[in-house]
Amino acid sequence: MVELNAKIPAGDIAEKWDNYKSDMKLVNPNNKRKFKVIVVGSGLAGASAAATLAELGYQVDVFTFHDSPRRAHSIAAQGGINAAKNYHGDGDSVHRLFYDTIKGGDFRAREGNVHRLAQVSVNIIDQMVAQGVPFAREYGGLLDNRSFGGAQVSRTFYARGQTGQQLLLGAYQQLARQIGLGNVRLFNRTELVDTVVIDGRCAGIVVRDLITGEIASHAAHATVLCTGGYGNVFFLSTNAMQCNVTAAWRAHRQGAAFANPCYTQIHPTCIPQADDTQSKLTLMSESLRNDGRVWVPKNADETRSADQIPEEDRDYYLERLYPSFGNLAPRDISSRAAKRAVDSGRGVGPLKNGVYLDFSAAINRLGKGVVQERYGNLFEMYERIAGENPYDVPMRIYPATHYTMGGLWVDYELMTTVPGLYAAGEANFSDHGANRLGASALMQGLADGYFVLPYTIGNYLAPMLNKSTPGVDHPEFKAAETGARARYQQYLDIKGTRSPDWFHRELGKIIWDYCGMERTEQGLEKALSELPPLYEEFQKDLRVTGDGASTNQTLEKAGRVDDFFQLGMLMCKDALERNESCGGHFRAEYQDEEGEAQRDDENFAHVAAWEWTGDPMNATRHAEELEFETIHLAKRSYK
Amino acid sequence: MSNHLTNLTLKVWRQSGPNDGGHFESYRIDSISDEASFLEMLDVLNEKLIGDGKEAVVFDHDCREGICGTCSLMIDGQAHGPQRGTATCQLHMRKFQSNQEIVIEPWRATAFPIVKDLMVDRSAFDRIVEAGGFITAPTGGAPDANLIPIAKPVADASMDAAECIGCGACVAACPNGAANLFTSAKVAHLNLLPQGQAERWSRVEAMVETMDEHFGSCTNHGECEAACPKSISIDFIAMMHKDYRKAKFKNRRLIAQI
Ligand SMILES: Cc1cc2nc3c(=O)[nH]c(=O)nc-3n(C[C@H](O)[C@H](O)[C@H](O)COP(=O)(O)OP(=O)(O)OC[C@H]3O[C@@H](n4cnc5c(N)ncnc54)[C@H](O)[C@@H]3O)c2cc1C
Ligand code: SF4
Ligand code: FES
Repeated sequence: MVELNAKIPAGDIAEKWDNYKSDMKLVNPNNKRKFKVIVVGSGLAGASAAATLAELGYQVDVFTFHDSPRRAHSIAAQGGINAAKNYHGDGDSVHRLFYDTIKGGDFRAREGNVHRLAQVSVNIIDQMVAQGVPFAREYGGLLDNRSFGGAQVSRTFYARGQTGQQLLLGAYQQLARQIGLGNVRLFNRTELVDTVVIDGRCAGIVVRDLITGEIASHAAHATVLCTGGYGNVFFLSTNAMQCNVTAAWRAHRQGAAFANPCYTQIHPTCIPQADDTQSKLTLMSESLRNDGRVWVPKNADETRSADQIPEEDRDYYLERLYPSFGNLAPRDISSRAAKRAVDSGRGVGPLKNGVYLDFSAAINRLGKGVVQERYGNLFEMYERIAGENPYDVPMRIYPATHYTMGGLWVDYELMTTVPGLYAAGEANFSDHGANRLGASALMQGLADGYFVLPYTIGNYLAPMLNKSTPGVDHPEFKAAETGARARYQQYLDIKGTRSPDWFHRELGKIIWDYCGMERTEQGLEKALSELPPLYEEFQKDLRVTGDGASTNQTLEKAGRVDDFFQLGMLMCKDALERNESCGGHFRAEYQDEEGEAQRDDENFAHVAAWEWTGDPMNATRHAEELEFETIHLAKRSYK
Repeated sequence: MSNHLTNLTLKVWRQSGPNDGGHFESYRIDSISDEASFLEMLDVLNEKLIGDGKEAVVFDHDCREGICGTCSLMIDGQAHGPQRGTATCQLHMRKFQSNQEIVIEPWRATAFPIVKDLMVDRSAFDRIVEAGGFITAPTGGAPDANLIPIAKPVADASMDAAECIGCGACVAACPNGAANLFTSAKVAHLNLLPQGQAERWSRVEAMVETMDEHFGSCTNHGECEAACPKSISIDFIAMMHKDYRKAKFKNRRLIAQI
């Protein structure tokens, strides 16, 4: 039975982290090298954690399925990273960032963790500048900031439209230095396929070499999963193609509780699907909504091109429905409004699956030059993908899955319900509640990796000094290896008729239709009745060509889709049990007259943490009550 | 609006492993939407191959947004294909025509051994970074970020270099298989910044020498810049050479003032 003890330190909210640090156990510098720590993942969370742990003196092994740590999905983040620096004297503070994050998360995150995040946010910017991240500067040479949704202050630091790239390169360089010094061993193109728990502690992992197909075990005193989010369960998302849930899911099956799987974020401005071959969706920065106007034709049978449709036949629905926020309505609200417009048959584009984001008014008002200066690179990117020039024709956009707030349940120390197994970055559930604010994921990944884990891991390791831990010859490791070999062999042996991608698309359609932007009891029941037979078909009719003894991307994909199926069932169950609307989880039954989400704080001010029972359809739900001592529960309104 | 290209012939390099000699194999794509990306066209091919019970073509890719640097195809002899400043994953079928034959190969360079089919091993790039492509700033002791003002043009120039995605097209396009554009971009990113000054000379020495261990030498062909999806400028190569020469003088302090 899992026990959910968040281990929030005592004291006033602003003192909890300092209290923790002064009470925690320490490992003497000379003893650190006696401990081995495994870090899986080399994104912002993994690279920063691994580099810092190695600098402290621990022996660190890093695993990534990428060919180089620099390719992790973090590289794709565009917009920026938040920090409560208050460099602009506009009233920002640690408390305000803490408050904005709790409110943005629709009061479904833990106060203690979020406050710590806001506190260490300022150190992240210092650290990254020291690493050589070329953040945008003002003419005086000081750091520039921009503002982002859900905040009334300018606290977002950025590096052109490539903030994630520059931050990841900073953390990667720091990690590379430790690899060069011999303090970190890097296992690239190596995928975690299982975690091993012996005597109630995580003893290490089982991995598959993606070039030779070999299965091998690695033992360590502690293991950290920084393996990213699971947005690709939808098949189409803005995530990189290889993002998957396998590491987190395999840990879940070994006893780590999975929290709030139904909390997913749908981003309103992505380029709509063009045809059936579409493999992923591309995000267009949210900043476009500052000057673009969103509209659809008033009539479903409209056939004219955009420039031929007169004003009176256009519906600027965001401006009509949300007059005070207009085109800048929050992510979830704009996304749902777009869905309704398209569902009513008024979608635009050849597949009628998008809405217009129109810059003609901005071009008339500001001139083409100004628009080009502000958005030139985005317009170019759009044209490259969609083949249309947004200066002449309105852009077409549609919401897409972007981020997953749910993930492995962790306590204040970022430890999962399995002692010795930690989760950091997007892989854990901790800080964003039911909805993440823009520019806060990069902040969280780096906070976890640089400033939280390196402390909390010591507290766990200190008492283990000079005690023996199981090695890779332990029968549990051998059993896990045998299981993993059998699993991959099984995919090859089915010899059915359908590829892993085919099943992934079908799975994604169900999740998107019933567990996407808008959920209903009926829809979720339907999904839960359709998923098990499809999964059974997967197990009977899968076809993986090639063999298991050399690079085989079809085989890799089969394993990932298998785990996505199981996660998909849990997501739908979680969404069905949460009888309220909050943040990214919108249940159509729970909304007010204006279509705003209606929370149920009496019954659902808790984290739902699911325990593996052998079948995701019968997982056990546990609740961690959330206590709001500092911030009063209030309706999340941006009016 | 969506049109279809018909009757494409793909000549694809197949190689079962590093020790196999490899060969071209021809495949037909009967019809593909011009909205599809080049890699989506390969997805379609792979689905077809799996349908026929054959092994799918292995190729590297991930973000499909032109930023991770994973995709790496020689298309008709051009690294990343015909569209300038565009990574393979951002290339769309509207740049091709019906009835065309398209030759698809992996990066070819001694330093990038072929893993399988179109996938190569680019870890030699990581070795260059490990040798010196960093600033030594262990977590914790960093001063307040605004204590180091950086002139905007300097930050911008550093960023121009830092945009490199580490794809290796520069190496693949170079007749000598040199990695000067990649290495110089990393050197410039850090050597231009005030934070990078302390290790400026040791960095350029270590990185250039590690580069020379793995890659061919630069003879100023300029093919790298033309192939680079981020249009990284070869001016950075000149900067790197200058810094390297200075680093080699014994009395660096004096020479750095010139
Ligand atoms: C298009 C886009 C734009 C975004 N823009 C922003 C933004 O502007 N601001 C912001 O704050 N956030 C943004 N985000 C969100 C943010 O980028 C991510 O949440 C964050 O980077 C995740 O970092 P991570 O370190 O947790 O995981 P990742 O960067 O996803 O890294 C995961 C790592 O784990 C490894 N891995 C995973 N599974 C395994 C396994 N089984 N075995 C071995 N290795 C494994 C991978 O190889 C990889 O190294 C954006 C996201 C997207 C999709
Ligand atoms: S310099 Fe250009 S071509 Fe070379 S690795 Fe960097 S981005 Fe790729
Ligand atoms: S797949 Fe990432 S750059 Fe092409």
